[in-house]
Amino acid sequence: MHPPSSTARRVLNGLSKHRLAFQRRANSTAVEPPPAGGHLPGVATSQLLRPTRDAALRTPGIKWKDEDNSTLGGRETRKMNTYQAVRDAMAIALAKDDTAVVFGEDVAFGGVFRCTMGLAEEFGKERVFNTPLTEQGIAGFGIGMASMGHTAIAEIQFADYIFPAFDQLVNEAAKIRYRSGNSFNVGKLTVRTPTMAVGHGGLYHSQSPEGFFMAGSGLKIVIPRSPIQAKGLLLGAIRDPNPVIFMEPKILYRSAVEQVPIDDFELPLGKAEVLVPGEDLTLVTWGTPVYHCETALHVLRSPSEELESLIPTSVRGAKVELIDLRSILPWDMETIVESVNRTGRLVIVHEAGAIGGVGSEIASEIQKRCFLKLNAPVRRVTGWDIPVGLTYEKFHIPDAIRVVDAIIETLTY
Amino acid sequence: MASLARVRLLGRRLPLGARGVQTTADTTQLHQAPSDASEPFTLKLHEDSFQTYNCPKPDLEVQVTKSELLEMYQQMTTMRRMEMAADALYKAKMIRGFCHLAIGQEAVSVGMEHGIDKNDRVITGYRCHPFAVLRGGSIKGVIAELLGRKGGMSQGKGGSMHIFTPSFFGGNGIVGAQVPVGAGAAFAQQYKGEKNCTFAMYGDGASNQGQVFEAYNMAKLWNLPTIFVCENNKYGMGTPAERSSSNTAYFTRGDKIPGLQRSLRSQVNGMDIIAAKQAVAYARKWAVDDQNGPLVLEFVTYRYGGHSMSDPGTTYRTREEVQRMRSTQDPIRGLQRYLEEWGVATEQELKAIDKEAKATVDQAVAEAKESPEPPLEDLWKDVYFKGTEPQFLRGREREEGKRFY
Repeated sequence: MHPPSSTARRVLNGLSKHRLAFQRRANSTAVEPPPAGGHLPGVATSQLLRPTRDAALRTPGIKWKDEDNSTLGGRETRKMNTYQAVRDAMAIALAKDDTAVVFGEDVAFGGVFRCTMGLAEEFGKERVFNTPLTEQGIAGFGIGMASMGHTAIAEIQFADYIFPAFDQLVNEAAKIRYRSGNSFNVGKLTVRTPTMAVGHGGLYHSQSPEGFFMAGSGLKIVIPRSPIQAKGLLLGAIRDPNPVIFMEPKILYRSAVEQVPIDDFELPLGKAEVLVPGEDLTLVTWGTPVYHCETALHVLRSPSEELESLIPTSVRGAKVELIDLRSILPWDMETIVESVNRTGRLVIVHEAGAIGGVGSEIASEIQKRCFLKLNAPVRRVTGWDIPVGLTYEKFHIPDAIRVVDAIIETLTY
Repeated sequence: MASLARVRLLGRRLPLGARGVQTTADTTQLHQAPSDASEPFTLKLHEDSFQTYNCPKPDLEVQVTKSELLEMYQQMTTMRRMEMAADALYKAKMIRGFCHLAIGQEAVSVGMEHGIDKNDRVITGYRCHPFAVLRGGSIKGVIAELLGRKGGMSQGKGGSMHIFTPSFFGGNGIVGAQVPVGAGAAFAQQYKGEKNCTFAMYGDGASNQGQVFEAYNMAKLWNLPTIFVCENNKYGMGTPAERSSSNTAYFTRGDKIPGLQRSLRSQVNGMDIIAAKQAVAYARKWAVDDQNGPLVLEFVTYRYGGHSMSDPGTTYRTREEVQRMRSTQDPIRGLQRYLEEWGVATEQELKAIDKEAKATVDQAVAEAKESPEPPLEDLWKDVYFKGTEPQFLRGREREEGKRFY
């Protein structure tokens, strides 16, 4: 057979390239679908994040948990996003505590949000393992392990799936210490779960169920807003002698990036953090809405052209105190009361619905304790009390516009 | 003609020691050659097609007609085209959210549709698009729902996992939750004396949910006409069946409930659509005509894509495996081989059906894209029964109706 002439070769090459290109187009797997966890671009420029080493090491409330008592100067940080910070926290927990295990659905290959990436390789398959698809089983199993003194770090793949485990968490985990007269406890149980909306999750990938668990006395509930917070609060939660439900806002997994100290540190549970000091109004929130509130404060101070006419000049100079609640149960009543006593106005923002939500509990306690100091009714900006419809998600979540509106209404009451 | 087919079929060796995946698409043998399109002819399934757990073996001789086989082919091709269209729309970011495609599993939905009655009920999990269409829906309705438009079957409010028809109860997002719901539907059918049953479907991952066993118990205790169908595609998202289930013979997990599976170290062959249809017809006769109560069916099948559009599908299995399944054990290609070997249709006729399927789907996609997004008022609609909503849901609060600019 003759070797093809150069012309023929060129033609053939061209044809095969064309065919390859055609195949590439026809083969739809060549294109990457958008990330499931969503992305909130506004977070990247947030002033509330700590993008430098100095700022990171000076995070208020940090408690270093290693024997290194040297000055801050010796400590290192690394750029991490939220899922990497969560992973780092679990790696430290697994390294320092021989009884610690991590389990949940699909965690062995790294998890659907990469929070357990590489942990199975680093610590072994007996310590980081997959469970079958059985939330009630996962919770019950974790409770059993924890009652035997094992540090059990369970993952519920999405907070929307936590409801089969509701009975185990509320009826067993929350009540074991009480009903056994302190002979048994499940303090070593931590349940991690991604929560809150991403913009396209629909009914079952967007819920914020912290309100349901707030009534489970005996449990603690923690919701971080950034990588440093996630790492510190998760380590604090794992080591807290009570069962903790740790809800991680999933849209922040990739969107929030900070310099995170690589050493072992904890942040306190049950304490809120004042992010922006103020004197005219208190704005309390947690999780993803923290960034919507930050945007709202910018809009209030210097509105864009379209919004100029809607923001009265009298309120533009208002100093709003922004507080991240961090722990939902127990919630830091002292800080909020102290703040509202000074400002006289309170707006609470959360993604879950208003009826029976965390905001309703905070509002009723504050009105009781600060009644005479309040200059306006306590206002809640929340998701609607409906299931999260697929196309409607951006109308469902409390965004900056609704928060600004609530702030203005409360300031001008 | 038939003897030639037999020789060719016997000559094919099943891969021994293949890692757990034993489905084959072409082990059905022909008894008599067909002549007329609507004249029924008999097929004989391979003698090892079914294995049973505490119930008699189904009849291996199946009556089909030429037109039925062509309809099966046409439906499978159309469903695959529809899923591929959804894949492309998702990558173009027109479909948002989570989208679970059933590419590779068409034999189960189409086979089931041919084995059951129009008024039987089907309920399944989130991999539901073909069922939604086959049970009385439309391709345009499904695509519009995926796009979140008003023309969708749930008016754009549900999305991929929440598509319903009067005889199809969805489309359910919470894994395993649909199984007790199916048992309840069956109870109602029995109570009302309807000559129908309910097919409560779930996957290999969901089979470990506690509520599935609760449903088994209730169905057996009260002799409900529920057929529990495990669509075993060998992976519960990222976890292979062997790593999630202590007993991977899902048809035996009914304990006192008998079960039906396909042998040769595999289960009811979802890839062999004729066997699927026969299994479903057998199950229906068991529950409705003979009133023997529930039955557990297991179809072993395979999905080529990932768990959902966000999952590449290759982090927990090799590309070679997917390629191998795609090229050797595809249900549509398997049926195509039968149809050509038995002289039911020529290659040209089948290609024409392919083209027509593509045209149908393209047309439906175009129509769906024309459909408008649902109006904002629909946000509040259908939370409660119309007219009984609490006032604060119905827009008496200022912030609901407020327009900002």
